[in-house]
Amino acid sequence: MELSSEVNMMGTELGNYKLCVSARSTDKEILKKAQDGGIVTQLFAYALEEGIIDGAIVSGPGDEPWRPRPFVATSVEELMKSRGTRYNISPNVSFIKEATRSYGLDRIGIVGTPCQMQAVRKGQLYPAGLRDVPDKIALAIGIFCMENFPYQSIKQLVEDHAAMKLESVKKMEIGKGKFWVYGERGQVVQLPLKVTHKYEQPGCHVCLDYVANLADVSTGSVGSPDGWSTVFVRTKKGDDIWTKAIAAGCFETKSIEQVKPGLELVSKLANEKITKNQKTVEERAKFGVNKALRNPYLSPK
Amino acid sequence: MADKIKVGHVHMSGCTGCLVSLADNYGGLLTILDRYADLVYGLTLADVRHIPKMDVALVEGSVCIQDKISVDEIKETREKAAVVVAVGGCACYGNITRFSRGGQPNQPQHESFLPVGDLIKVDVYIPGCAPTPQLIRNVCVMAYLLLKGNKDQQELAKKYLTPLMQLAERGTEACGCDLMYDVINQGLCMGCGSCAAACPVRAITHEYGKPNVNREMCIKCGACYAQCPRSFFNFDVITGFEGILETIDGALK
Repeated sequence: MELSSEVNMMGTELGNYKLCVSARSTDKEILKKAQDGGIVTQLFAYALEEGIIDGAIVSGPGDEPWRPRPFVATSVEELMKSRGTRYNISPNVSFIKEATRSYGLDRIGIVGTPCQMQAVRKGQLYPAGLRDVPDKIALAIGIFCMENFPYQSIKQLVEDHAAMKLESVKKMEIGKGKFWVYGERGQVVQLPLKVTHKYEQPGCHVCLDYVANLADVSTGSVGSPDGWSTVFVRTKKGDDIWTKAIAAGCFETKSIEQVKPGLELVSKLANEKITKNQKTVEERAKFGVNKALRNPYLSPK
Repeated sequence: MADKIKVGHVHMSGCTGCLVSLADNYGGLLTILDRYADLVYGLTLADVRHIPKMDVALVEGSVCIQDKISVDEIKETREKAAVVVAVGGCACYGNITRFSRGGQPNQPQHESFLPVGDLIKVDVYIPGCAPTPQLIRNVCVMAYLLLKGNKDQQELAKKYLTPLMQLAERGTEACGCDLMYDVINQGLCMGCGSCAAACPVRAITHEYGKPNVNREMCIKCGACYAQCPRSFFNFDVITGFEGILETIDGALK
């Protein structure tokens, strides 16, 4: 049994993986509303159709515009509603037990941020309140994540800073050092990340994982050309499903060495995040006068 | 087998749900009893009247301090067992028995129930109501590896059990409020949803990405805080999840 002892050692910022490629879905319907290469929707759709999963916990449209709500998709039509990134909190893990109960799933798919993948794996090893769930996680897909925002932050950024109505926004994106808001009528507003930083969810600032190291398969735009996604295949389960999906023609792929900007940028951003947040963790240790804030990586006390 | 460990189930004031959870490992429990552990004490399961010497005591339920036998037995458990594991919310935190005010037939004077850790030192916590068969199983396998395994296995078992030992040191009070005090107030919540999934009474919902606890419904079992990836997260163990889950599966085949 191999255990890596330090998560933040240089060279481990991308986690363990068997394979890394640049990919996009071959399904035009998926790509129409995909954030990048439509990897999550396509892989879940394939796994659903092949019976590898009985359903997937994804985030779909909620009660307000751009407010996500976790839900269990058991058909490709339902999956299609969850395409794209919403940049605010969707507590997907909250459905992980319910999915095996009222939805009756024996093989669960779940998508989430790196911290949510950590929650899933902790849940499998230390299931304090997840009776009979640990053995039913069939496919956990992680998405790259620098930080997340509360819904009210997104509202303030879009309505106050970008001066657009949330309901008229077609797409949001963080890339090339900017927060991009695309309107239905074609208008584009970009905000420098300097403006968005203070609206970030505080809990993100102690996170030491950028590319969802604990997922079966993780994916994100960084490293790949526009319209494509970088994909890490990490576990045996992930490898098995990915290999079958490729054989079934679900994805076009390119070698990650042959695309720009490539893995180097992923590594750079991962190291930036980990270094910055590691510093936050250390500063929390001497936050008050001889008083520390809690460090979850040391103890639950 | 000579190298099996001796395990006992000590029943204090609980509903036997924890014992049922242990039994709900089905074939896995038989494998555990076959290869790794002898059950040397246990209500209805082992025909033994007095608490014997054992390696691991799995204690279920809180202790009624008006019941002399219970108080004597829990103290005896500490003397006789090398490792005391509080299994389930009642043993760890009092859980539903915290709400007792006495008056129930046929012992109305039995009104005060304390978590085991208020009377003896407890080494390991398995919170939750009921605690899950899988966490009980994992702790049993790790306890075996700790006592009988090779050096690497002992090292892994120690690392695995450490946060559950730290939970025991943390204290005997739990509540959905822990999510406010020790996670949100500490700037650590990232809205993953684990606490809501873990809650056995559906007292937790997520409003705009953060847990909202219905404190009237909370039974104080400790599952939400224990499940939260920001209560404890030991990278050195959890990063190896694939290998560890395979090892546990393999051990029970």
